[in-house]
Amino acid sequence: MPITNDRIEDRSDPDVGASVGRAMAHDSAVAHVRGTAVYVDDLPEPKGTVHVVPGYADIARGRIDTLDLEAVRNAPGVLDVLTASSIPEVNDCSPVFGDDPILAADEVSFHGQPLFAVVAETRDQARRAARLARIEAEAIRPIVAVDEGIENGGDLMPSYTFERGNPALSIKACEHRLEGRFRIGGQEHFYLEGQVAIAFPGEGDAMRILSSTQHPTEIQHLVAAMLGVPDAAVVCECRRMGGGFGGKESQAAQWACLAALAARRTGRPAKIRLDRDDDMRMTGKRHDFRVDWRCGFDHEGLLAGVDLAFSSRCGYSADLSMAVNDRTMFHADNAYFYPECRILSRRIRTDTVSNTAFRGFGGPQGMLAAERMMDAIAIHLDRDPFEVRMRNLYAPGRDITPFGMEPQGYRLVRRIMQRLARTGEYAKRRRAIARFNVAAAEGAGHLRKGISLTPVKFGISFTLKHLNQAGALVNVFGDGSVQVNHGGTEMGQGLHTKITQVVAEEFGVDIGRVRITATRTDKVPNTSATAASVGSDLNGMAASRAAGVIRRRLARLAARLFQVRERQVSFAYGQVRVGEESIPFERLTQLAVEERVSLSATGHYATPGMTWDRETVSGNPFYYYAMGAACSEVSVDITTGEMRIDRVDILHDVGRSLNPAIDIGQIEGGFVQGAGWLTTEELAFDEQGRLRTHAPSTYKIPTCSDVPADFRVSLFEQGRNRMPTIHRSKAVGEPPLMLAISVFSAITHAIASLSSRRLPPLDAPATPEAILRAVAALRSEAG
Amino acid sequence: MMAKSHITTVINGDPTEFLCETEQTLLDVLRDELHLTGSKEGCASGDCGACSVIVDGRLVCACLVLAVEAQDKTVETIEGMASGERLHPLQTKFLEHAALQCGVCTPGFLIAAKSLLERNPDPTESEVRYWLAGNLCRCTGYDKIVRAVLDAAADMRG
Repeated sequence: MPITNDRIEDRSDPDVGASVGRAMAHDSAVAHVRGTAVYVDDLPEPKGTVHVVPGYADIARGRIDTLDLEAVRNAPGVLDVLTASSIPEVNDCSPVFGDDPILAADEVSFHGQPLFAVVAETRDQARRAARLARIEAEAIRPIVAVDEGIENGGDLMPSYTFERGNPALSIKACEHRLEGRFRIGGQEHFYLEGQVAIAFPGEGDAMRILSSTQHPTEIQHLVAAMLGVPDAAVVCECRRMGGGFGGKESQAAQWACLAALAARRTGRPAKIRLDRDDDMRMTGKRHDFRVDWRCGFDHEGLLAGVDLAFSSRCGYSADLSMAVNDRTMFHADNAYFYPECRILSRRIRTDTVSNTAFRGFGGPQGMLAAERMMDAIAIHLDRDPFEVRMRNLYAPGRDITPFGMEPQGYRLVRRIMQRLARTGEYAKRRRAIARFNVAAAEGAGHLRKGISLTPVKFGISFTLKHLNQAGALVNVFGDGSVQVNHGGTEMGQGLHTKITQVVAEEFGVDIGRVRITATRTDKVPNTSATAASVGSDLNGMAASRAAGVIRRRLARLAARLFQVRERQVSFAYGQVRVGEESIPFERLTQLAVEERVSLSATGHYATPGMTWDRETVSGNPFYYYAMGAACSEVSVDITTGEMRIDRVDILHDVGRSLNPAIDIGQIEGGFVQGAGWLTTEELAFDEQGRLRTHAPSTYKIPTCSDVPADFRVSLFEQGRNRMPTIHRSKAVGEPPLMLAISVFSAITHAIASLSSRRLPPLDAPATPEAILRAVAALRSEAG
Repeated sequence: MMAKSHITTVINGDPTEFLCETEQTLLDVLRDELHLTGSKEGCASGDCGACSVIVDGRLVCACLVLAVEAQDKTVETIEGMASGERLHPLQTKFLEHAALQCGVCTPGFLIAAKSLLERNPDPTESEVRYWLAGNLCRCTGYDKIVRAVLDAAADMRG
């Protein structure tokens, strides 16, 4: 269904009459508004379905002396209690390193870690029984915060460094030097649909699992390893998720494994759906960081040397922390040239849940450090931060990243920032804000305003080379209808819609003819997670190739039957043009069946030019960059710490958009999610390592009334990817999240008005409490 | 064990009877017994609005209402919002404005918005934003939802 909207421009090709470039509604939109779209928990449960609920000890760290499950076993409805010893083969649900037990055996590594799981006739019975365990354990004082980890816990994995020149020396030689430390909080994904899976035992060793997962292949593999059966015996399927954001990349596996284990042992379908509080305690989050920074620059703010030391809380195990922290380093420059620099990353072990992928995957924290430094320089020199940012952008001759590559297409950042500064009237509004703040100070007013315009330059690709591949399967039927299946998963981002558009375009047919089917490991095998923003880049290309194979077969057939050359056959508007004649698409597909031409094909795509070598710190980790900029204006109440975002302007490059409505949705949603991370969302762990904000009553994601009423989002109209991506589009999943850094900078600006040339000591998230602390610090220094 | 309660109610205009335990929530009965799965459990603590339904004209979280409380009341859920093939104007506007992504929060937003427009057919933008602040959405950033509701309100006023 095409969307008509005055904010959205149609970029489709009028010669094809199909849908690439057109704003189309999400492929499930009608089902969504009717409430009939089916998520895993909505499926009618087959007769005999059992329910699984995990149980845990009330400590964060310690050895288990006694795990007495007698009362659990004897509780009404309980059929089985799973423990580590119930697992036939491999007790691991980790993505890479083999260090995440499905059920912990003797030792507790974080508060909420599952030690057992109850299998009962009903979910209610299982939940009640899970409370009856008698656990005796020797609790050890846990290492909770990253600072404690640095002192006592040590490094979970080796540090990693990018280094160029001698930053210590170059900083020392500078006219101006600054240094500081600040903290960046983590973030709970808060997908609206919690973790859920249902497993169906099949004949022999077969197992079929429906899971809300971004990575069906990994679940297939982990379940097979756990049960000691070949991958070929296990199928994992996902039609849609109710949100993912990285939180169902590695974190969905544990629950699918438990469901499969229960299904194997009881011989009945087994379902697990985490309660929200358990979900928030038991699954990993965005990494929180301590950043220690130091830089040297000239009187105009031009950087000469930068030294950034990142220390992140990884939790008890590796999970995806290596790649996440690497990406922090890849983006510690954001869009700026650091002539001499050291980017150091320490990955700290703590007795907390293992932190994981979250939209941006470490990139946001790296960028926030860069932007914090820009604000610090500008405030120190009493200059406009926009000016300092523009001065430090990559430029000809100053265009090598800290990891030694030229960031291709970087010039676009400057153009986007300049355009946004103009359309958003940045300079004029900054002057007005300066006047407002002076008047407020003179009149003892309680509001201060701030404004900031920050860029985003985000590298697109998995930094691990072999993940940059995808497959697709296209089937065309005699009646001219089309089925497409690919390795990507739908989590609301509109991937399936975009893939449908791509396939419709290949055949020149209306999108209504193309049906997308659930992601299944037995249709397209050996897939990567739907992650790193590359869902449509990879799967779109694979689907286009699969459809292209069939289109060429059809063209060859038409050429033979109608005695024309193959290049005289074209597909548009549901018709096949054959020389001077035109026949309906479905006529040709019917002929293909009669003429014994195969109408099924697979397609595979591997991103070219991936040369990154982590060992030698060389090569190219990214196929291209996605870019954008945002300008945010905020008001801060310096007596209460409350903050309101008054206006946001965004200009973002999505290349040649496959679907402008979906892309704008990603930009708006990403921005607001990023704003939540930096302002309202606070993960509070107590000293015993217990997460105290484990429900939406205390963990506050943005609501309707928190987002700016004046929200102006535009796609960069000349967008076209220089690289030959699918229809020259660009990835859009993660990059917009980091546009929200402009909000944090604007808050910094507002508070900084209270003093002269002092950087407000503001940590993220800038909650009212954090803002008040920063206000108090500036006032006490000033006073 | 206590006997189950026999509840007589009206759901989406249809007289409905069901048996439930005293402690069962209306949400559990809607989803598990009556197979009306459009209302979602997002938090089970009344903080996310994904299970919003209208009971006797009042917007409530079905996870905070006991199923027995539905006795002699009328319950409206997302499944009753369209009239057969014909979508409610709010549903149409959500489609036109692309005001949805993963879809889990969508039924709750639609029900909450319907309840708003029944009380106040001409809400200001601020009124829409505050009324809907009890419904969480993690995907869209809300802007399109607010626009869709305002647009639907204008349409329904004619």
